[in-house]
Amino acid sequence: MQTGDAALEVKLAGAWRLRGGLPSASLLERELDGAPRIKSVAFDTKELESWDSSVLAFLVDISALCRQRGIQMDTAGLPSGLHRLLNLAEAVPEKKGARKESVATPFLQRVGNTAIGAGSSLAEMLAFLGDMTLTFFRLWRMKVRFRAVDLFLFIQQAGVEALPIVSLISFLVGVILAFVGAVQLKQFGAQIYVADLVGIAMVREMGAMMTGIIMAGRTGAAFAAQLGTMKVTQEIDAFTTMGFSPLEFLVLPRVLALVLMMPLLCLYSDIVGVLGGAAIGVGMLDLSWTTYLRETTNAISLTDVFGGVFKASVYGVLIALSGCLRGLQCGNSSSAVGDAATSAVVTGIVAIVLACGVFAVVFYVLGI
Amino acid sequence: MGEANGTDHRPHITVSHLTMAYGSFVLMRDLNFTIHHGDVFIIMGGSGCGKSTLLRHLIGLKEPAQGNIYYGDENFTRADPAKRQEMVRRMGVLFQSGALWSSMTLAENVGLSLGEYTDLSPAEIRDVASLKLALVGLKGFEDYYPSQISGGMQKRAGLARAMALDPEILFFDEPSAGLDPISSRLLDDLILELRDSLGATVVVVTHELASIFTIGNNSVFLDTETRTMSAGGDPKELLAHSPNPTVRRFLTRGGEEKI
Repeated sequence: MQTGDAALEVKLAGAWRLRGGLPSASLLERELDGAPRIKSVAFDTKELESWDSSVLAFLVDISALCRQRGIQMDTAGLPSGLHRLLNLAEAVPEKKGARKESVATPFLQRVGNTAIGAGSSLAEMLAFLGDMTLTFFRLWRMKVRFRAVDLFLFIQQAGVEALPIVSLISFLVGVILAFVGAVQLKQFGAQIYVADLVGIAMVREMGAMMTGIIMAGRTGAAFAAQLGTMKVTQEIDAFTTMGFSPLEFLVLPRVLALVLMMPLLCLYSDIVGVLGGAAIGVGMLDLSWTTYLRETTNAISLTDVFGGVFKASVYGVLIALSGCLRGLQCGNSSSAVGDAATSAVVTGIVAIVLACGVFAVVFYVLGI
Repeated sequence: MGEANGTDHRPHITVSHLTMAYGSFVLMRDLNFTIHHGDVFIIMGGSGCGKSTLLRHLIGLKEPAQGNIYYGDENFTRADPAKRQEMVRRMGVLFQSGALWSSMTLAENVGLSLGEYTDLSPAEIRDVASLKLALVGLKGFEDYYPSQISGGMQKRAGLARAMALDPEILFFDEPSAGLDPISSRLLDDLILELRDSLGATVVVVTHELASIFTIGNNSVFLDTETRTMSAGGDPKELLAHSPNPTVRRFLTRGGEEKI
């Protein structure tokens, strides 16, 4: 950098690369502060070997500095490419109001906004439930339209294709319950009651609950992703504009498929869970298969089985509705589809656990 | 065929004092224009000015913040749901990305509304679907899924679906977006051909100048700066005589001189 009488010449030399970091114009600023008589800034680039955007960023800073101080900037010494880029960068003045204001929202305002958001999302959910109820009434009067082939496809996806994972989880839950019971009951020599424990727990609660959670993660998320993608690609709009209700055409077959398949999956899960318990009973507690299974059948009643299966179909409705609701609420981007799937699983599991609590109270009151 | 064929001067769609808004954010205010029977009507304007939103209002996917939309003499905005369903059934829409239902074959896509709103047998539906696909040059692709064909073909299949019920009005959202110049020219020709042969009214959202001048005989220009329409009429007339500099700049790709 050389200072003449009223002119400052900046010498740019060597290789300028973004990788090396952005140079700061503060050195120049100090120079200008020290010499208030300077009226123009010029550039000497004879020794500049190569350059990229780093030089441009530096020049834009200098140009802003010069404008601030009313100094002239002489760009004649710059390579023509740089000269043009600099003109381009400054051709369009900053649009007023385009810059996002990063004002920190006060805490109370954020609380308020969240509350308003929660209120409107609750209203949306209620509207969806209301519409779905009307759709179910139309289903009752046989006035709904959807493709039967869709229903069978969803039944296959939510039924047969879920069997392997339901088998694995249920068997292991049976095993875990048996272990928990075995350790305690062995102290009293009452190992045989492991069969009661596993049987009652699986049939009354765990069968329905585990199937519900598996299906929320598997099928609920899939429903949300399918509907979310259809929203993004305007397929749902296409249904609406052709006079098809998305609720009838898309949501209803999904709900029906889960309502039909969840009880069956739950029953299957009960059986596999009992087998898991029996594996421990026979393998570790020296019980015979017959003894274990007879004890199980004595312990559980048909009411227990129906109670569990009924819960499972309710969970099915909850999973399908939360999956479809989140899918239909999806925004217009690929990341929104991911959010919809996540939110569907969370909503589904929360709904299952809440319903499970309600059932516990109701069953207790009814003496089931 | 001649220049103004099919166009007569009965109003088909009338937009009156329409204000479009997202929540409290007003996108466009006080839009007034009339689309006549047989028009190829262009909705034009810069990116993000609300062209597609206007289209969504016209087909009932979004409710006006203010104002009314009339089809013929019937008020579309204030119609009850059943009436509205019936009015919507007379429209065909080609969405920007085609929006074919990905879980159905092309024939099923085209045939779905036929099965719903006509008494045709499944075999007849398939015949009609094949015919519509043939009209857009997709004969033989009946059993393909949308993901198995190219973007241009998806758009044409979307057009076949939009035409399934022989609609009185066809809406196109950016028909040439994502198409190469030749495909987009072919689509333009197809649009004109269909207008002439079916006698339908066509509404096109686009910012492709070539399309605007080739097919349009009436238009509305949405201006982002003023947040309302700043011109309307035949695009060629607008190019020649519009007093509005923004419109002229748009129609000449930013240059003031005529093409």
